Amino acid sequence: MSDVAEPEDGHAALAASGGAAPARANRQPRRSGLPPFELVVEAHGPAVLRFCIARSGPQAGEDAFQEAMISALRSYPELRDPGAVRGWLFSIAHRKTIDAGRAEQRRPRPAGAPEEVEVVADRRCHGIAVDPLAGTAWVHVRALPAKQREAVTLRYLADLTNSEIASVMEISPDAVRRNVFEGLRRLRTLVADDPG
Amino acid sequence: MRQSEDEVWAAQLLSGDGSDRADAGASAGGGPAVEDSAWAEARARLDARVVDEGAFDVAFEAHESPFGLLLVGATNVGVVRVALPTEDAEGVLAQLATNVSPRVWRAATPTIAATRHQLDEYFEGTRHTFDVPLDWALTAAFRRQVLEATARIPFGETASYGQVAESAGSPKAVRAAGSALATNPLPILVPCHRVLRSDGAVGQYLGGVPMKTALLELEASA
Repeated sequence: MSDVAEPEDGHAALAASGGAAPARANRQPRRSGLPPFELVVEAHGPAVLRFCIARSGPQAGEDAFQEAMISALRSYPELRDPGAVRGWLFSIAHRKTIDAGRAEQRRPRPAGAPEEVEVVADRRCHGIAVDPLAGTAWVHVRALPAKQREAVTLRYLADLTNSEIASVMEISPDAVRRNVFEGLRRLRTLVADDPG
Repeated sequence: MRQSEDEVWAAQLLSGDGSDRADAGASAGGGPAVEDSAWAEARARLDARVVDEGAFDVAFEAHESPFGLLLVGATNVGVVRVALPTEDAEGVLAQLATNVSPRVWRAATPTIAATRHQLDEYFEGTRHTFDVPLDWALTAAFRRQVLEATARIPFGETASYGQVAESAGSPKAVRAAGSALATNPLPILVPCHRVLRSDGAVGQYLGGVPMKTALLELEASA
């Protein structure tokens, strides 16, 4: 529609005949080709939410999801490669689940139970009251050591490639393979030992 | 060998097959099902937060009109885009993402709400002028001058492409005026439907000639 319309747009030829110098809009649009964030959330949000819940449990996971998506929206225009959106979202989610875990550890645990109850009640108002992963093998994934849990989750839940996982976890692709391998072996044992 | 065997096993187990929840969720990407309701809740909460914090640059909403679904997009400057039912909504959102900002979010901002309300009044014949701020970010230079000249054509009146070109300061640039109108990012608000051919023929319209004719009839009878 403007002078920076896509070349395949039928109006581009008309624009060229417009006689106007190729003026740019004030905001200096980037030709990044990033999709609208709304559509990014529709496309990848459910998988990111599953990933956060698998890593941190239903409530902390949902909180981490919120933090990740807000943070992603804020820095979205700086993303250079539209093809990297999915891996980029998961690396943010990955960091937020780590932050959530640290916050959980720092949270003071007073002897008085009422406060704890209050926190839970409050979270149920806006969060997920029921663990959506209950009854699946994913509850056992949570019992894996951190790196194995991350690697297995990113591989089988986020459906990322080993090299994408490597960049999310900031380890080598070989280390990713090892962690997936060890994680799956341990998971097999855990599932076999589960009476349910 | 062991690894690939584990992988086959994992793919079956972790994809949620055999789980009674497998069908319940939006698990298009595999993995355990997160129930639709869980996603809907998380999505609604995110939505509220994005709007609260004003973390987006371009808001949009669909708007039902007598001619079909319109799309209204706005920045904090003003309305930046009105898309007609003939336009591809995803393409329009992609255009906004590329040419304005990729921080595009569905939200009923005050500008969007006011625009939708005034569009309803216009289609009912009770509103003759629009009173919402405009953001000209999707147009520039001569094309913007053509559209600003077009915006000055009063309700119920028409002008020729030549008159608009002249009013924009370049009487000879009739074709350029035509192309500016054909790519009007703000149809209806900037009434390019009021621009006709010099022989009085209706001419073209991005929303289709029947819509242009209907808008002219609406204005003639209001």
